[in-house]
Amino acid sequence: MSKTKNFAVVLSAVVLVCCGALILGQKVNAAGEGKITGTVKLDGTAPHMKGIDMGKDPFCSKAHATDPGKMETYVVGSGGGLENVVLYITEGLTGPAASQTATTEPVFDQKNCMYTPHVLALDVDQKFKVTTSDQTTHNIHPLPNPMTGNIPWNQSQPPGAAPVEKSWKAPEVIPVQCNIHPWMHGWFVVVKGPYATSDSNGAYTINNVPPGSYTVTAWHEAAGTQTQKVTVAAGGSGSANFTFKAK
Amino acid sequence: MQRNNLRKWSSVFGAAAVVAFAMPSSAQQTKYDFETRMNIESHVGNITGHAKDAKPDYRRYCVGCHGELGDGNGENFPWVDPKPRNFQLGVFKCRSTPTGTLPTDQDLFDSIGRGFDRSNMPQWSTFTKQERTDLVAWVKHFSPRWVGEKPGTPITIPPEPEVTPERIKAGREVFARVQCWKCHGVLGQGDGPSAATLTDDLGRPIAPFNFAEGARPKCGDTDKDIYRIFMTGLDGTPMPSFADNIKPDEAWDLVFYLRTLMSQHSKEKAMAKQLGLKPVDPNAPAGQQ
Repeated sequence: MSKTKNFAVVLSAVVLVCCGALILGQKVNAAGEGKITGTVKLDGTAPHMKGIDMGKDPFCSKAHATDPGKMETYVVGSGGGLENVVLYITEGLTGPAASQTATTEPVFDQKNCMYTPHVLALDVDQKFKVTTSDQTTHNIHPLPNPMTGNIPWNQSQPPGAAPVEKSWKAPEVIPVQCNIHPWMHGWFVVVKGPYATSDSNGAYTINNVPPGSYTVTAWHEAAGTQTQKVTVAAGGSGSANFTFKAK
Repeated sequence: MQRNNLRKWSSVFGAAAVVAFAMPSSAQQTKYDFETRMNIESHVGNITGHAKDAKPDYRRYCVGCHGELGDGNGENFPWVDPKPRNFQLGVFKCRSTPTGTLPTDQDLFDSIGRGFDRSNMPQWSTFTKQERTDLVAWVKHFSPRWVGEKPGTPITIPPEPEVTPERIKAGREVFARVQCWKCHGVLGQGDGPSAATLTDDLGRPIAPFNFAEGARPKCGDTDKDIYRIFMTGLDGTPMPSFADNIKPDEAWDLVFYLRTLMSQHSKEKAMAKQLGLKPVDPNAPAGQQ
């Protein structure tokens, strides 16, 4: 009698806690959550980035009159820090952390005929906004592979247009372009779980990582991908530094 | 008694937990096997099409360009331009539905019957309606998108108003404001500043529509068709949707103005001549055309 009773009580308690964790989401995890930090560097001389001739659109060329635009394939900061690298967890995520969706709503802006940011990392199903700050018409045209479950679309944004709100259904690296300004090229990097993007010094912090052992992947549009094993203690932080070779 | 109750509750909770944890993974699975594909149906009016009935027609008339697998890689692929549609992607130009959504069965049915001007796709009006509806189902069976995803809701088109000189002038303002001329040119001759660098979703060069050469738009040439083209966008091409940026009433104004750019005779063209309408000035400040 008492054995069965105990078992039933323990089971319901476990189930209740699990349900609570599911409902409350991040709040319950926050206490034990850690982070993964590090820097991404480019080894060697940074490749030369070609300048962009925006002469076809007077608005764009005027916006870049003093600061000529250039390609953003490699953006290298002081000390060789590599910007626009997306870092995310490819192995080791379990339980609620793996199925949570980030709740922030990042903005992908079209400013001075360039994409800001050049690379936007997103969680699956995370909403994001596409805005325009320009006095010229853009069309925002992401090119996912429809076989993955992400569907391509193409919307215009004339001057003063309202933001476009979207999300992606599946993990994928999605190029995005403006057909009117062919130099405009950016990326939506859709991943599952916590992620971070390296800043102008190549530094990054992946927050909201529950304790455990993980494989962290660093993705760069031209330099490729690298992986590292990282262990995060409860409330602590793991560290992973990546170095890409300049091609 | 107490013991029984506990047992009952623990099993209820246990089941709830299993459901809660199992949901995220099972929701992503979609069944897409041969059986499901072959049983795909299409509905046009009161006709029901069956994919398996269209196989002989497809293999006789369509396979040369669209290929056995529907990937647009038939034996004529190298000589055909624009390239045949890849049905596996489930992305279509001519839709009544918003950008990024699947077309309706009626849209595909219309495309087969209409054909595509300035391409190798002829008008297949020689098929009976039943055959065409069957072919729609066959076209759908190539793409996994049709399993689990529904077509978009067609955009609403208000009744067409009467053409007036004021509306044509208002349409000219819209043409300037949303900058149609960036690709189509101020005279609609397909020679705007961005025209030369346009590519389709697969990276192949593509030209913007030339209104002045007397051609028919690919997705139909009634006023309603033209309305639909710029309000839904032509997916897979650089032509975006303007649904968020042109109001329904303004859209009709734009349709009337686009008519004035076409070489075909029309009421709108005569009115524009009387008004002495000039092409838009790309350098004019906003709202001062």
